[in-house]
Amino acid sequence: MGRYVIRRLLQMIPVFIGTTFIIFTMVHALGDPVAALFGDKAPDPAVAAQIRQQLGLDNPLIVQYGDYMKGIFTGDLGTTFSGQPVTELLKTAYPTTLKLTVVAFTFEVIIGIGLGVLSGMRRGHLADTGVMVMTLIVISIPTFVIGYVLQYLFGVKWGLADATVPEGAPIQSLLLPGFVLASVSLAYVARLTRTTIAENSKADYVRTAVAKGLPRRRVVTHHLLRNSLIPVITFLGTDLGALMGGALVTERIFNIHGVGYYLYQGIVHQSTSTVVGFVTVLVIVFLLANLLVDLLYAVLDPRIRYA
Amino acid sequence: MPDQQPNKPNGVPDDANTELSSAFAQTPTLGAMEVEGMLEKEDLTHAPEQSSESVGITDREVPRSLWQDAWRELRRNPIFIISGILIIFLVIVAIFPGLFDSTSPLQCDLSKSQQGPTSGHPFGFDTQGCDVYARTVYGARASITVGVFATLGTALLGTLLGGLAGYFGGWLDAVVSRIADIFFGIPILLGGLVFLSVIPSRSIWVVVAFIVVLGWPQLARIARGAVITARQQDYVTAARALGAGNVRLMLRHILPNSLAPIIVVATIALGTYISLEATLSYLGVGLKPPTVSWGIDISAAADTFRNAPHMLLFPAGALCITILAFIMLGDAVRDALDPKLR
Amino acid sequence: MGIHATEVTATTGRGRTADSEDAPLLQVKNLQVEFRTRDGVAKAVNGVNYSVRAGETLAILGESGSGKSVSSQAVMGILDSPPGFVTGGEIVFKGQDLLKLSKEQRRKIRGTQMAMIFQDALSSLNPVHTVGTQLGEMFRVHRGTSKSEAKKKAVELMERVGIPAAKERVNQYPHQFSGGMRQRIMIAMALALEPDLIIADEPTTALDVTVQAQVMELLADLQAEYNMGLILITHDLGVVADVADKIAVMYAGRIVETAPVHELYKRPAHPYTRGLLDSIPRLDQKGQELYAIKGLPPNLLRIPSGCAFNPRCPMAQEVCRSEVPPLHAVTEADGTPIEGRGSACHFWKETIHG
Repeated sequence: MGRYVIRRLLQMIPVFIGTTFIIFTMVHALGDPVAALFGDKAPDPAVAAQIRQQLGLDNPLIVQYGDYMKGIFTGDLGTTFSGQPVTELLKTAYPTTLKLTVVAFTFEVIIGIGLGVLSGMRRGHLADTGVMVMTLIVISIPTFVIGYVLQYLFGVKWGLADATVPEGAPIQSLLLPGFVLASVSLAYVARLTRTTIAENSKADYVRTAVAKGLPRRRVVTHHLLRNSLIPVITFLGTDLGALMGGALVTERIFNIHGVGYYLYQGIVHQSTSTVVGFVTVLVIVFLLANLLVDLLYAVLDPRIRYA
Repeated sequence: MPDQQPNKPNGVPDDANTELSSAFAQTPTLGAMEVEGMLEKEDLTHAPEQSSESVGITDREVPRSLWQDAWRELRRNPIFIISGILIIFLVIVAIFPGLFDSTSPLQCDLSKSQQGPTSGHPFGFDTQGCDVYARTVYGARASITVGVFATLGTALLGTLLGGLAGYFGGWLDAVVSRIADIFFGIPILLGGLVFLSVIPSRSIWVVVAFIVVLGWPQLARIARGAVITARQQDYVTAARALGAGNVRLMLRHILPNSLAPIIVVATIALGTYISLEATLSYLGVGLKPPTVSWGIDISAAADTFRNAPHMLLFPAGALCITILAFIMLGDAVRDALDPKLR
Repeated sequence: MGIHATEVTATTGRGRTADSEDAPLLQVKNLQVEFRTRDGVAKAVNGVNYSVRAGETLAILGESGSGKSVSSQAVMGILDSPPGFVTGGEIVFKGQDLLKLSKEQRRKIRGTQMAMIFQDALSSLNPVHTVGTQLGEMFRVHRGTSKSEAKKKAVELMERVGIPAAKERVNQYPHQFSGGMRQRIMIAMALALEPDLIIADEPTTALDVTVQAQVMELLADLQAEYNMGLILITHDLGVVADVADKIAVMYAGRIVETAPVHELYKRPAHPYTRGLLDSIPRLDQKGQELYAIKGLPPNLLRIPSGCAFNPRCPMAQEVCRSEVPPLHAVTEADGTPIEGRGSACHFWKETIHG
């Protein structure tokens, strides 16, 4: 197990460097941040050069990247051009997005696995067909369309939920956005759960469990589900990152001031440090989630642990 | 000692399997992860032997290949027929939109802004006073083009890189796998927001290129796994022993036997790429007017949804039906190519 | 299908005389199983009869698809249903017809009174639980023992089947054992609650030849010790010779020949059995061409009319294509009956007596 963890961690290093470097390079291609600082006015060349030097923008990109990475490990993500530290922006934005993600993840786990188990256990029955058709439709509708339609129905027409999320984002106002964010992932979880259950129910060890005379409930919980949920949990873990990405869309529909909102502002205003900072943190979270999943996988499946 | 080997399916080496396990795409919009989860444990390339081995149930007198079997299966699957007809129809609309509409999607009359459906204009008008029906018909081209070409691109690039990595192994495999990991490390919507806002041109091909750049690792991993499995088959060893060269081995023996999982994942990915294009356009980093796209129209209609829902519902409906058709096709193809699910 | 195969109550080997008052442990009567597939109904078992006594070993021999595994799964009550359905017959175990019991009653019999050993121990053991957990599960579920007690029992069982360092290995996972050791664990699991009947479905097929002998020996020893009935399902004539008392040969869902084990080897009474025996390489016939039964096993969706073996049979006549042969009682050339022998061949006399 120890060796496995270390190998996974070592593999993560080049991925982390590569990913952040690509993001860094792309963001710097966004345009000249100093010019953006001056807005429509043409900057005085001398002043611009001075600012560049101050910010280290006259160094080669790779050096700037190195400096930035140093900053990250000391908790310094630079400042926006208005002088606000990026870390502070993150502190305002992240809790909201995190709350939204947690709400969505809860929906995904409970409803997704629930529907998948229901469908997988009663293959060919009406419930199964219903779940399959429903999930297929949900997968086919892009999240932002689901978002607008549900916002209109629940928020406007029936008045059952807040159409937009107020400042501070209380949990109950995040239920609808959370469900919208979770919808597509939820459908995938249900289908994946169904597939693995259907597959494993034909497995030899399930037949053995039946031949042992175990009660059906025990066969299902201790053998069928225990094994079938391993790939589902793997998926859920990797999907955590996707939820954070998808939050960009959901936050826009419901006017939530989270990571997506600030990131979007950063791109519009060509604020390099904001964009790089936010994206880097998202990528780190994403990579950590992947790592966590790999470790979880090893915990759940001894064949990997002892390989 | 073979007994000590963990119960890895089909002898795919450890690393291959852990790679696959992290091969779940990071975003549902770039999906098909359900299929991958399945492929992780299954090996479609084994299908011909398996089906002829399950004695008694299968037809012994007429041995059929996986492809013939799959085709026979598809032909009697109503889902395949429905989605197939739908897709043919959509492709015709995309190529010859003029057949279905005489007005131009760019000919607009502001005085008719946001008017509901009237005779001759069954879908009504949008804010600019453009005919929503015309825009919906002409919007098919952008979506289908992006979907088809992005899928072709990711499939070709992914199969090539993943296949070579799986076939040669060693440093090539290590390099390709790490590069794939790097691109996997970027959530696709996030990447779209950053990358596409850099590029001033918003032609369809830029969006296609973007999807290919971030999408190929998914296919590469599938291809890599399938090639590693195929390479270990006895008939490949036999062909090698008979002196077949690398190129011949790859093209004649390994490629045909690795295609099934690649095709399955690619077909389902097609639907999700269409959805992705619409989402990117919605976020303002995908296609831009004057290109006619469902994503742009939905985005534009969103603000006035309460007053003029028809502006959003018609293009959104068209979009959903298109995605649904491709995902259903992918589902049917997967069922046909995977004998274990029969 | 209205075939009335004569019930064959074979006497046991090993010098035990026929105690015909004594009811057999298991009696399968006219068992019929079919699989309803999308391609049609496959008749996997078409009226099978056999019986097993305590302490007796019945070997069921046949190619894959002959129905040998399916019939035993029907006996265990673990047939995949759908697509598999028992459509007729009786399975009388210790005096009661299992097919008339409720699901719950049958479940309680499984594991406690009859147990099964599967071919591939690696896939048949759950990869994510330790072998100790899986062995202990038998005691926990059927006997309600505590966790620690169950583990102690698991260690004892592992020692009983000859797994070294059982105390340490009880916490390991199936993939950490060698093939032979895993099969021993399967045997231990079947044995845990000392059932009266064990069904072993190709227990040694997946093993190395040297390990095969050890595992068979262990199984035979344990059977003798606990006086269990054993049904040994196999396609390997070599495995059968040493351990079985009697043999039933299956073809296309029917028993085509039954005989005490040595009788069968000495003089088969069915052309199929003879074909099987002739296709074993023998040292004393070195240099001669090896015999092979021509053709392929039948498609169960379209079993040939008459005798199912007729398209492949060297002795086939017109009658074989039209009439299904019943299981004839086989006699000596002078007409004296031979204990426990039967052959479902129109020309059994010609086959056995030349």
